Amino acid sequence: MVKVDRLVKDYGTLRAVDGVSFTINKGDILGFLGPNGAGKSTTMKMITGFLTPTSGTATVDGFDVAKDPIEVKKRIGYLPESSAAYPEMTVVEFLTYVAEARGITDMDQLQSRLADVIVKCHLDSVKYRAIENLSKGYRQRVGVAQAIIHDPQVLILDEPTDGLDPNQKHEVRKLIQAMSADKAIVLSTHILEEVEAICNRVIIIDQGKVLVDETPAEFKARKPGATIDEVFRELTNKTVLA
Amino acid sequence: MPIFKKEFLGYFRSPVGYVILAVFHIMVIGLALYSGYYSRNEASLNSLFRPLPWILIVFIPAVGMRLWAEEKRSGSIELLFTLPISPRSAVVAKFLAALAFIGIGLCLTFSLALTTGYLGDPDWGVIFSGYIGAILTASAFLSITAVCSALTKNQVIAFVISVMICLFATLMGSDWLAQFLGSSVPTALLDFLRLMSFEQHFSTMSKGLIDISALSFYLVLTLACLGINMIVIER
Repeated sequence: MVKVDRLVKDYGTLRAVDGVSFTINKGDILGFLGPNGAGKSTTMKMITGFLTPTSGTATVDGFDVAKDPIEVKKRIGYLPESSAAYPEMTVVEFLTYVAEARGITDMDQLQSRLADVIVKCHLDSVKYRAIENLSKGYRQRVGVAQAIIHDPQVLILDEPTDGLDPNQKHEVRKLIQAMSADKAIVLSTHILEEVEAICNRVIIIDQGKVLVDETPAEFKARKPGATIDEVFRELTNKTVLA
Repeated sequence: MPIFKKEFLGYFRSPVGYVILAVFHIMVIGLALYSGYYSRNEASLNSLFRPLPWILIVFIPAVGMRLWAEEKRSGSIELLFTLPISPRSAVVAKFLAALAFIGIGLCLTFSLALTTGYLGDPDWGVIFSGYIGAILTASAFLSITAVCSALTKNQVIAFVISVMICLFATLMGSDWLAQFLGSSVPTALLDFLRLMSFEQHFSTMSKGLIDISALSFYLVLTLACLGINMIVIER
């Protein structure tokens, strides 16, 4: 579904992403791990078509993001890291705007999609409130809601559980898992237990390079008895020191 | 279309839109009265149109400064450009939304036109061409503001820079500058500056002349700026 081939992104002389390749299929939940500044967000932004790769390609459902950005964007739901929204809009206004911009113009369809995501993301109690007055947890859920409003085949979630309390984290994880059967999902996170809990693949990226690409079980088996945290620290610290 | 709707309604989601409209209205009508709308005793909107470009220099950047700067600051630009919308339609939709808002501001000044019609017998053709001139000047200023807004995250910077550019472009052809430079600069240069200036073109239109050179001046400038806007945004 999503094929990333030797993606490179340079910012001036800094190489933020250095030859990242992977493929994910329907049903996969890929956990993207790495220290801050490792290139996770940049890689995701290139897949969504927000950033243009310096070299390499990303294809979604056979469409190259550099050549058919519109086709790619239609198939992707994206939660930006900042869970960006328009603060003065209400939840319903915002979701309606995103739905319309995504081409859902039929009134009945729009209403049913809206009702669906509001239930899935538990937004019913705040749907007529301005986004600026919502707590971080609700704002994050509004972000998830706009990402899934068009029922996309591919979901790209940049730190979907960031800033949520443990219960909300659990909710969002459950939601992601429930959707995974017919979607390809990429999510980035700092929280290693999250990967263990929901992902069936883990990619560790550091200084723009892929260090590890395997299942969480394999990843954990690298050092029997150690926690997934310890394995991660060992891997990423090594490269910092080297 | 959804972007147009969101942007246009966005002006009314916060008090900012109402404040801008109110201030614009008070300034326009106030200046018209001050510059002798009644005392001249003529049935025309000259006293409305003469100061209008100078008000637009401030009003248009105030309307347009948020177009891109705000999206960049809040990060929502990431959302905008991961929607299946081409940069071109985004640029055009935002421009038209702001222009529609400015249109409301200009419509509010119809009150003065109606008053004139009630008190006397004005030449409606001249008034019509004056409004065409006003909306064209507004489009050109707005497209300049949109470029400035796309270049920065900071709305205040966008505002100040666009006011400076619009002010300069208007001053360029003023008689005042011509007198000031008169002796030291070749006449050809002065003529060129006049040709490129807003004030000259607008005053032609407000006298009832819709001439091709003024029309093409505004349209080319607006389209060129929207083109630059697109390039800046895609960068």
